[in-house]
This record gives sequence, C-alpha cells and structure tokens, in this order.
Amino acid sequence: MAALFRGGIYPDYNKEKTFASPVVEPPAPQKVVIPLSQHTGEECRPLVQVGEHVLMGQRIGEADAEISCPVHASVSGTVTDISEQWHPCGLRRLAVTIKNDFADMPDASCEPYEGDPLQMTPEQIIQYAYDAGIAGMGGGGFPLCAKLRAGLDKGIDILIVNGMESEPFVTCDHRAMVEYPNTILDGVRLVMRCVEPRQVFVAVGDDMPDAINTMQTLCASDRNIQVIPLRAKYPQGGEKQLIQAVTGREVAPGTVPLDIGCIVLNVDTCASLARAVYKGRPLTKRIVTVSGSAVITPKNLLVRIGTLYKDVFDHCGGFYAVPYKIVAGGPLLGQAQHHLETPVIKDTSALLAFCGDEDTFEDKPTCIRCGTCVRVCPMKLMPNYIYFASNAGEYDRCAGLNVEDCIECGSCSYGCPGKLYLMQSIRKAKKIVKDRRVLS
Amino acid sequence: MADKFIVSASPHYRSHRNTRSVMFDVILALCPVLAMSVIMYGWRALSLTVVSVGSCAVFESAFNLIRNRKNSVWDLSAVVTGMILAFMLPVTASYLMVIAGAFVAIVLVKMLFGGIGKNFLNPALTARAFIELFSDPVYVTPFSAQKLSVFYDGLLNPSDISHLTAEPLLGSDSLGTRGMFSLLLGDVPGRLGETCVLVIVICGLYLMLRGVITWQVPVSYLGSFALICYLFPAGGGMFSTENMLLQLFGGGVVFAAFFVATDYSTCPLTGKGRLIHGLGCGLLTVLFRYFGAGADGMIYAVLIMNLFAQRLDVLTKPSRYGKGGIRRESQKIPE
Repeated sequence: MAALFRGGIYPDYNKEKTFASPVVEPPAPQKVVIPLSQHTGEECRPLVQVGEHVLMGQRIGEADAEISCPVHASVSGTVTDISEQWHPCGLRRLAVTIKNDFADMPDASCEPYEGDPLQMTPEQIIQYAYDAGIAGMGGGGFPLCAKLRAGLDKGIDILIVNGMESEPFVTCDHRAMVEYPNTILDGVRLVMRCVEPRQVFVAVGDDMPDAINTMQTLCASDRNIQVIPLRAKYPQGGEKQLIQAVTGREVAPGTVPLDIGCIVLNVDTCASLARAVYKGRPLTKRIVTVSGSAVITPKNLLVRIGTLYKDVFDHCGGFYAVPYKIVAGGPLLGQAQHHLETPVIKDTSALLAFCGDEDTFEDKPTCIRCGTCVRVCPMKLMPNYIYFASNAGEYDRCAGLNVEDCIECGSCSYGCPGKLYLMQSIRKAKKIVKDRRVLS
Repeated sequence: MADKFIVSASPHYRSHRNTRSVMFDVILALCPVLAMSVIMYGWRALSLTVVSVGSCAVFESAFNLIRNRKNSVWDLSAVVTGMILAFMLPVTASYLMVIAGAFVAIVLVKMLFGGIGKNFLNPALTARAFIELFSDPVYVTPFSAQKLSVFYDGLLNPSDISHLTAEPLLGSDSLGTRGMFSLLLGDVPGRLGETCVLVIVICGLYLMLRGVITWQVPVSYLGSFALICYLFPAGGGMFSTENMLLQLFGGGVVFAAFFVATDYSTCPLTGKGRLIHGLGCGLLTVLFRYFGAGADGMIYAVLIMNLFAQRLDVLTKPSRYGKGGIRRESQKIPE
C-alpha cells in the first residue's frame, strides 16, 4: 500500500466490543427531545406549537438559510415543550420535546420518488436531501443538500465514500456496510447521478475485512465504483487525509476539498439519502455505537433522534460503575457531555462512557521534547511549539506556525508521553488567530 | 441525575505511554551494555554505575526539596543520565569524580534550567567534559589509544589517535581478523559503555523498534562519520576501510549515536533537523579526533551540536500542508 498520509497514530481501537454485534432497534422512548440545531449552519425555527399532535417524520423545524436543513419528529405524539434543553455541544439550545404515543403514525408528506430514481435530475436529488434533513453523519454534520449544491456548482471530479471509521470504539459505519450495503450503494449512485464525478471510491478500513468483502462483492459488477481498502490509521477518516490517501492530492490551506474537485461523504449519509428517495423516509434514526469501559453490554443501536442518553444507556444494561466521562462521538474528536438528559442528534455516531483508564489526567504535564507530536501531526505542524506560544499568549507566533491548518484530530495529545494538553492549547490559539484574521 | 462527569475538550483518549515508560525503555536498553561492562571490567563497573545513578537521583530529589517542588525523580530521567554518565567513564574513575559529575549534570545543567526537557546541553555529556577538566586525560580517556595498543604496542602515543597512520594498519593482518573482531565484541579496554559495539547496536535498534528514538540521528551520525573516515583516513591518503572500521568500533561513537546524540532535550524535533544534527555530530567528531588533543571527539562534537538544536527546529520547520507540491501524475488537478 502506498503512503497514506504523513504522521498519524495507531491507537488501541477497542472495536472488538461491538464490531460483530448486529444493529438492534430498542423500543421507542417515552419522550424525545429534538434540538432545532443538529447540523452546521443556521438553527431551525419551530414549525409546531406546544400541545400540537405530530406524526412520525413530520417536519417540525426549518430555516431559510442556505446552509441548513429541516428537522423531523422521530415519533408520533404530542408536543409538550419547546424550550432550551441540553445540547451535545454543551450549551442549552432550543429543542422540541415530544411525548410518544407509541402509534408511530407516519406523516403523509413522506413520499418515495415515483419513477426511476436514477433518472432524477440533480435538482430533485438535492431537494430530497434537503427535505429529508440529511446532515453529514460522520461527525461533521454538514447539510448534504448544501454540499451537493456546492459540488454541482463547482464540478466534481472524484467522489470518495468514507467508510474508514478511524476513531477507536466506533463501529456504526462498519455495521452499516455489513448490514445494508445495498442501501449505501443506492445512495452512492444517487450522488453520482447528482454531481457526476469521473471516479468513485469507497474507502474502507483494512480492520473490517467483512465490510471490505461485502462492498467488493457488490461493486464487482459496477465498473464505476472502486472499493479501496486503506490501512486503519488515525485520522485516516479525516477528509483531507482521505483525499490524500486516495488521490494523492493535498487540500491547500484555506481551501475546501471541493476546490480540488473532491467530495467526501460518509457511508451512512449515502444510505440516508437512499432511504429518503426510495422509501420516503426522512432522517429520524441513526446507528449509535454504545461502548466504553463503563457500559455493561456494549451495542450498536438504531436510535431515534432525540432519544436521551440515559434511555440509550439503559438499553445497554446501564453502567458497571459511575463513569467519570461521557463522550458523544468518537473518543478523539467527540464532545464530553455533562448531562445524561441530552439527546442523540444526527451526527452522534457513538456514546461512550468511561470508568477505566481511557483518559489520563496530569497535574503538571512536562514537555520532554521527544518530538512525537511533530512526527504524528498529519498536517505537518509543530504542536509543542504552538502549545508553548499559545500558553504564553503569543498568538502572532502561533499564526506563523500555521496554527489555522490544524484539523484538531488530537493525535498530538494522544501520543504525548509528557501528557501535555496540546490539542486544547492549540484549539484556543486557532480560534483566536482566526478571529483576529476575520476582524482585520 | 446527580452524577458529575468530567467535561473537558477532546481528545478523551490518550496512550498509556508516559515519560516514565519511555525512560524505562532506555534503562532497559542500557542494561545489556551494563552487563557487558561488568563482564569485561568486573563488579567495579556496576558499583560505579550505581553510585552515579544514586547520586543523580539524590541531587534531583534534593533540588526539588529545596525548591519546594514535586519530586520529579520518578520520571526516571535522572537514572538514565546517571547510567550514561557512568558509561562514559573508565572503570578506574574515582567515586568522588562520579559524584561531582552527577552534581554538574543534574543540578547545574538540568535542574537550574528548569528540569527535564528544558536543558540545552546534554547533562551527562557536560558532566563528562567537566570531569575531563580535572583529570589526567590518559586516565579518563583510555579510548581507542589503549585499545589499539593491544595490537600495536608502543606504536602510539597512548592518549592520541591522531598519530595513527593507515600504513601499519593496512600492513597488519591481526587487525583485519582477530583485532577487528575483538573491537566489535568489546574484548578490549575502554570506557564502560563502549565495550561491545554489537550489543550497543542491538540495544539501539531495540529503542528504535519501541519508537523511543528515530532512525535519523544514528543513521546520519554514523553514516557521515564512517564516510568521512573512509574517504580521509587519519594518517593521510584516501579510502581506508580499516580506518573507518577502527574509528567506528573504537571509542564512543556508536554509543553516542544511539544513546547520547538522540537525547530528547538537546536534539532537534523534526526529521530533517535530526538528519542535520547527526551530520554535524559526525563531521565534528572526525575533526576533533583528527585534530583535537586527547579526548574522544564525540563529547565536544555532540555538545556543540546541542547548541544548534532549537535553531534547527525553526530552520527545518516542515513545509505547509497542501503547499508541498504534487508528487504523482494522477494527482493533477483537472481544469
């Protein structure tokens, strides 16, 4: 295998807890809390009122901005509250609370496309992506419609379907590729119909041989789609690293993958598009990997969006011990949570509860200048130099050290033997440098 | 829910490698070298090492105590310093000398500059250079001179290798077979840490395998050193494999390339920087050996390169991602 990208780490993946366990759908919760902001971009305004009865799949929030997508009710029932609730980002955000009536009455507005979906116009596909409220499900949460629109405008050369799942613990994409590969490929073909790329690659990590087999068998007859196994290395699932590994192109600083004709989509995002078009189903459920040392029976669950964490963990038998940390998303990129009354949203790929030694805490981290951070940085930065400059408040020096190129993958912090909180200081400097640049 | 969780910025997952485990790996790698020196020189080699390690640990603890800081001795870096310091002394070195060296290394060079990772000179090397100031060079530096005298009795000034000429070496068949073999196995008098080149190389490779050190410094140091010694033998003329092997296997170059020049605080962080660092060490070692008086050139060579480490970091900053150019044909961006 050719050089993938510079740097990176080989963490303990800990995927064996869940990679073989089939996705199960737990019974629907008593109530769901559906935040009106589940994606990058504008927050939706509520379309329903307290006391109103809503149907499953009914649109309950929408925004008029270009980068946004609607949200839908994931159960049928009565709206009991529209107020600020805990959001995975750590703040309180406007959310619609629905009391489940357990009827699961589907909304009539959800209609599959009549006719041959592969004859749809790009506009129609983008409309479906918007109507179904599909946002990037790999963790970015970027609205699919906006991505496809930009791709259509700029012209796409290469479509990369991201099945790398390079974060430890997380196995939701793995299960998706094993359990419904056809839905994924249907979605991929719809995206192909929409943006008409010259080449299509499905990148799968070499630590999931069953997924590689399944995808390769199904794509054997399709000359347009190429399945490429890539070495499982973190952050191979990062957009820029994936593009580099597949095409050899480096995304220049300050530009996006579209500028070099590439579009990267998560496998589950593609599957959601297929479900919207073929089944008329908006995005109201997603696979969540529930794992970590504190969870009694780690599982892959098909969870309704808006389900509270405590309900999700209850389906997994609860905790061995009180966890010291709850993480939404992968352990390296995810967000630490302070409340179990927080809902699962569209980009929650995993819920992890730690009570072991996953994370380490150090009172006095000391740099020993070993150079590990410099070696592992996939963006060719010098993390420890940025760290010291950031802590000293020398943000101009941080800018000179290209702090804005950082993709916040956390490889430097992971590998540091001195246990420096590199990522945290770098992130701070990155934000300040960006704000200053925008201001001036 | 009354439970309280820790909320912090990502990443939430970190490797279990810490400073102590890294230092422990180095100690582990140094143990076979210690064993070899005990086999060669007897138990005094061990007691010298123990005194050196012990006094380094005591000085570090005492310094932390006086400055009212958390004791940093358990990161084991003082143990590594102590071992390396002992390994650069001959078995005849006095205990007092060792303790004085430990003081210089730990207190003057390391702790006064802020402790681990902050010192700009290698503590053990500086201490070694300091000891040399107060010692008879012949006494502290048996170096290859004595090694060589095993084979070429009376040929050399015992403290200087610069008189070495290629001619008698080439003319001698003992060096070609038995002699070189002895040098390789360490069956000759030398300093504690430079007995058996073979063991040192294996231990160094272990460190590379464990990811403790990277290949750049040892390869560029030994590579440049060997090349220069091959091209320009000590006694004039050109192209001498004998001279190259003799210079490589005699003295502390191999030990320095794996264990001393790779010291974290005092070598550059970038790959390119480390290559240049090794290159400079190799070149200066040859210069000091050929033209310097007495000591094994590697001590001052590495010390001088230490001074450039931070500057080299800045000069060899990796090129910005996405600006490095396109390498493969298929990577061309279509119009």
